Amino acid sequence: MDIYTEIILDLYKNPRNKGILENPTHENFKNNPLCGDEIKVQLKVENNIVNEVKFNGNGCAISQASASLLTDKIKNMNTEEIKNLNKDDILEILHIPISPGRLKCALLSLETIKGALKNA
Amino acid sequence: MNYKKDFPIFEENKDLVYLDSAATSQKPLSVIENIHNFYKKDNSNINRGIYDLSENATRKYENARKNIGNFINAEEKEIVFTKNTTESINFLANTIKSIIKEGKNEIVLTEMEHHSNLVPWQRFANENNFKLKFIPITADYELDYNEAEKIINEKTALVSLTHVSNVFGTINNINKIINLAKENKALTLIDAAQSIVHINVDVKKINCDFLVFSGHKIFAPLGIGVLYGKKEHLNNCDPFILGGGTINSVSYSDYDLKDSLEKFEAGTQNISGVIALEESINYINKLGLNNIQEYERELLIYALGKLKKINNIIIYNPKIENHSSIISFNLKNIHPHDVASILNDFHIAIRAGHHCCMPLMKKLNISGTCRISFSVYNTKEDIDKLLLGLNKVQEVFR
Repeated sequence: MDIYTEIILDLYKNPRNKGILENPTHENFKNNPLCGDEIKVQLKVENNIVNEVKFNGNGCAISQASASLLTDKIKNMNTEEIKNLNKDDILEILHIPISPGRLKCALLSLETIKGALKNA
Repeated sequence: MNYKKDFPIFEENKDLVYLDSAATSQKPLSVIENIHNFYKKDNSNINRGIYDLSENATRKYENARKNIGNFINAEEKEIVFTKNTTESINFLANTIKSIIKEGKNEIVLTEMEHHSNLVPWQRFANENNFKLKFIPITADYELDYNEAEKIINEKTALVSLTHVSNVFGTINNINKIINLAKENKALTLIDAAQSIVHINVDVKKINCDFLVFSGHKIFAPLGIGVLYGKKEHLNNCDPFILGGGTINSVSYSDYDLKDSLEKFEAGTQNISGVIALEESINYINKLGLNNIQEYERELLIYALGKLKKINNIIIYNPKIENHSSIISFNLKNIHPHDVASILNDFHIAIRAGHHCCMPLMKKLNISGTCRISFSVYNTKEDIDKLLLGLNKVQEVFR
């Protein structure tokens, strides 16, 4: 139960940046075929900087916490920097031991964001 | 009854509570020893060697076919070996066209099919310009038999449905559906993957044209499956895979297929798997399918009774009648993956996810469920441990 820290549980119950963005410049939708979880990410990018970001969808505590923390992290970040984020960055912000079986849950939001910014 | 002692995995994993038998069953010692003995004493290829070892293996293989046929009241000429249920269905999707009557261009499935009994038919429909239709489910997690009467008609080429839902545990009234199909001269295929080890399956009584199941869900090893087909159909079906063992004669320009079942079993077969499947059926017969059914029913009633008392639980198909050994549920506001993950800390193995039924999950407006499933080696103690585990899950998420 090491992974269900207070922070993770709090983010699950009170996610950050969850909702719908009006007039996004970039958006993407992805699902996790393993569990059927779905996530939609919307961004407003200006001069290669992310000004606003929102996510929506359903998922387990790990995927929801990961989406909250990641969307927080990428605000005001350069899109090129975001494209270079990887697994280790996610594990660092989650700060919990993730088993191989749950890695997909943790990485779903990053993959979705990268997909949204593919042509940014 | 203590069947647990027959399964060595529980000696190796002392505190394991295995509640995922609908995914794959554990194996009794007699089956494990059967595999061991085949490779130690009998290993050789069948139908080829003119020597004792090969002839002996061939005899055992064909004898197993006969006994596996007996188990579902089929003749040996009606049993084709495949890798699993999925391969059996793909076999049919690739070969059934030749026996579909002219003017028929609809395939009827149900809303509760596993992807394995959906995706192959989607491709078939696309490639052959057929229409797919679905018998809906009711609010009681049963098939809507009134709708089925409207959906199955003279255009129906095939009705293919699961005997037991791998999500709800619902036992479908396949006789009713098969009668509707017969009235409309449609072919019928029963996916018995989830029923074969829990319910008496008699193909003569069911009167289906085809029936498929996997060995690994009935105590046999992984990688062996069965396709039952009525003799007259199998004779008229072309094989889906060609190669060694399937032909009478071959020239550089042409080939002549065998008339017998061998035309369907190309290449070296899973010989040990077939013989071990026979052994798993011996094990079931030793226990008695009726005893198994009674024992599992007791577990189902016990588990449903206990689960219903949990606050904030949603049980899909909470009724006892027409219900096999599978229970799906969700704890409110807790994702199934999180439930399974925490239960794993207590060595309780359950399934969480969409159970290869994504369209069904979409219909229920959920991303997945927690699923528990029983077999003979489960006990009431296992259920009690599950309940304690679920209590812990709710504590963590409080």
